[in-house]
Amino acid sequence: MSGHPSTYNPSTGFEKWIDKRLPIIRFGADFMEFPTPKNLNYWWTFGGILTVCLVVQIITGVVLAMHYTPHTDFAFASVEHIMRDVNYGWLMRYVHANGASMFFIAVYIHMFRGLYYGSYKAPREMSWILGVVIFLLMMATAFMGYVLPWGQMSYWGATVITNLFSAIPLVGESIRTLLWGGFSVDNPTLNRFFSLHYLLPFAIFGVVALHIWAFHTSGNNNPSGVEVKDVKKDTLPFHPYFTVKDGFAIVLFFIVFALFVFFNPNALGHADNYIEANPLSTPASIVPEWYFLPFYAILRAITFDIGPISSKLGGVIAMFSSILVLFVLPWLDTSKVRSMRFRPVARLWFFLLVITCLALGWLGGKPAEGVYVMWAQIFTAYYFGFFLIILPLLGIMETPKPMPRSIADAVLKPKSADAAPAGAVPAE
Amino acid sequence: MRKIMINARLIACSLFTALAAVSAADAASGEAKAVKHNHWHFAGPFGTFDQNALQRGFQVYETVCSSCHGLELISFRNLGDKGGPFYLPSCPAGIPDSVDCANPNENPVVKAIAANYKFQITDGPDDGGEMFQRPAVPSDRVPGPYANDQIARLANNNALPPDLSLITKARHHGPDYVYSLLSGYEDAPSTVEIAVGQYYNPYFHGDMSQNLKPEYVDEQGHPEDGVEVPLGGVLAMAPPLADGIVEYTDGSPQTVEQYAADVTEFLMWAAEPKMEARKSLGVVALIYLVILAGILYWSYRKIWADAH
Repeated sequence: MSGHPSTYNPSTGFEKWIDKRLPIIRFGADFMEFPTPKNLNYWWTFGGILTVCLVVQIITGVVLAMHYTPHTDFAFASVEHIMRDVNYGWLMRYVHANGASMFFIAVYIHMFRGLYYGSYKAPREMSWILGVVIFLLMMATAFMGYVLPWGQMSYWGATVITNLFSAIPLVGESIRTLLWGGFSVDNPTLNRFFSLHYLLPFAIFGVVALHIWAFHTSGNNNPSGVEVKDVKKDTLPFHPYFTVKDGFAIVLFFIVFALFVFFNPNALGHADNYIEANPLSTPASIVPEWYFLPFYAILRAITFDIGPISSKLGGVIAMFSSILVLFVLPWLDTSKVRSMRFRPVARLWFFLLVITCLALGWLGGKPAEGVYVMWAQIFTAYYFGFFLIILPLLGIMETPKPMPRSIADAVLKPKSADAAPAGAVPAE
Repeated sequence: MRKIMINARLIACSLFTALAAVSAADAASGEAKAVKHNHWHFAGPFGTFDQNALQRGFQVYETVCSSCHGLELISFRNLGDKGGPFYLPSCPAGIPDSVDCANPNENPVVKAIAANYKFQITDGPDDGGEMFQRPAVPSDRVPGPYANDQIARLANNNALPPDLSLITKARHHGPDYVYSLLSGYEDAPSTVEIAVGQYYNPYFHGDMSQNLKPEYVDEQGHPEDGVEVPLGGVLAMAPPLADGIVEYTDGSPQTVEQYAADVTEFLMWAAEPKMEARKSLGVVALIYLVILAGILYWSYRKIWADAH
C-alpha cells in the first residue's frame, strides 16, 4: 500500500510472529519511512493539519453528543446546558464550532495548493478526485452540524438549503420530503441530521485513508512538479523530516485556532443563532456560515431563466457544478507542466481565481440585489471560465519556463523557486 | 428566497437601474444609529467581570427588567459560582464553620436572594395532585414573570418580551447594543407619528419611513424631497430606566447611563458565565503552544541541518 519497497526488518521474535500474521508494524514502519520529496514547502503541511482537524472534530463531537438532545424542544437548551453546566463543556463546544471554520480554512488552502502546483494531474487524479469527495462530505457534515443547536440561523438555513432540492425536476419534491422527514423542517429533520452528522465524519475518515493511499501509490507531488528521479537524492523519509515540519506547522495552526476559541469564540458565528429557532419569525437576512458564502453567491447569481430551466434550478445547477467541475479538472487542464512556477501566464489567471473566490465569499454575505448580483454574475462567469476555457486553452497556447531536471536541482538552485506564492518557504 | 431572486432578476437588467435600486433599498430598509461604545470591564483578552457592577446589574434586573423579561437559563446557584455576582471565596464573619460559602448552594447571600425573590417557584404536583407555590432555593432556575408566551403577549400589547439569558450574544455588537438601547430613548422627531403603546428609539432596528406623518409623504408612500427618515425604529418597550429608580448602596451614580451599563455587564455575565475561565485558560494554552512551537522549530532546524 505504501508504494515503495519495504525496509522493515522484524528484529524480535514477537515482531516476526506478528509480521507473518498481520504485518501491521511493517505497515506503520513503511508509512513513516515513505520517501517524501525534500522540497515540500509549508503549503504541503495542510494535509497533516487537516487530519488533525478531523480528529479534533470527532473527539469533541463524540463528547458533545453525550450531552446534546436532538429534539426541537430541548436541542437549544441542551447546547446551553453544555455551555454552562457540563465541565469544560464550553471548551468542547467552542473548539467544535470554531474547529469547523478552521477545518474549512485549511481545506481551502490545501485545495488552492493542489491547484497551483498541479497536484491533480496524472498520475494523481485519484487523490484529487477523492479529495473532492472529502470536500463534499465535509460540506454536508458542516451544514447538518450547524442545524443541531436549533437557533434561528440553524432553522432558516436548513429551510433555505433543503428547499433548493425541490428545484430538481420530477424527483425534487420527493427528495425534499425525504430530507425533512415530513412537510417542513421539524423534529424528524433534526433527528436525521444528527444521525448523519455523527455518521459522515467516519465516512470522511475512510475516504481520507483512500486519499492517502492514492498519493502513497503515486508519490507526493512537489513544488517543482518534477517527478522523483533518484530516491536517494530527491527524497527524505517522512519521519523524522516531515513529522517535525508538519508538527511545527500544526502547532502554529493551533495558535490561530486557540486565539479564536479562547478570545473570540463567536466571531465567526452569527448572533441570530443565539435565538432559539422560531418557525413563525424569519430573520432579517438568512446567511450561511462563512465557508459556504462563495457557493451561496453562485447560487444567487443565476437570476434569469435559461430556456426551460428556471432561475432557481439554474442557481442550484451552477452551485453544484462549481464543485462537480473539480472532478474533471485533471482532464480540463491540458498542460503537461504541473507547477505554476513554470507557467507564467497560468499563474496570473490562478491568482485571479483566488481573488474571484474571495470576492464571491464577500458577495455571498451581501443582499442579492442590485450591483451585488451583477458582480456575483461576473465572478461566477470567471470561476467557470477558468476551468472550462482558460485552463484547456492555456495548455496549448502557453510557453512554459524551463524546468529543473530534478528535485535535487530545484533545491540546489533556489532561484528557480522565485515564482513561489508569497509566504511559500521552500524547505532547505 | 424566491421573491428575492425575482426582485433581483428584475433589477439586474442594467447597471443604471441596479444602482438606483441599491440606493433605494438602502433607504427603505431603515438604519439604526451606530451603537455607543462603552468601555467594558470584560473587554479584551484579559478583561474580567467587575463583581460590584454585576451585583448592581442584578439589582437593576430584579427591580426593573424582571417585571417583563425572564432569565430562564440562569439558576440562583449560578449567582454564587466563581466569577458570578455573589461569589464568596470565604464566609463573612458570623457564619458557622460548617458552611462552605464558596459552594453556591450554601452561599448565604444566594440563599437569601432565592428565598426572597419576587416570583415563587411553581412546584408539584403534591400528594393531593395540586400544583403549589414555594420560595426558590439556589438550585432553582430564576422564575420568570409569565407562565407562558401567550400570557406574556396578552400583558404586553401582543409583543413578546425576549428572555434575557443570551441577549448580549444574540444581537450584533451585543453589549454595546443593549447599553445603547437602554440609555438611548429620546423623543421622536416631529416628522413622525408614534402609535400609543409604541416608543421611539434611534438604536432599535426598524423602518421609520413607515411612521412619517402624511404631510411628509408623497402619493406613492415615499418620503417627500428633503424629508429625512429618522434613524432607528419603534418598539413596544417603554423606556425602562429613569434616574434614581434603583437605589444603589455602594454610592455609584443613580443615573440611566450607570444603570444601563451595570445591567448590561450583568447580562453579559449571564450570557457567558464561563468567560473568565475561558480567557485564563486561553493564556495558559497560548503560552504552552508558543513554547511548543519554539521547541519544534528548533528540532526542525536541527533535524534538517544535515538533509542535503
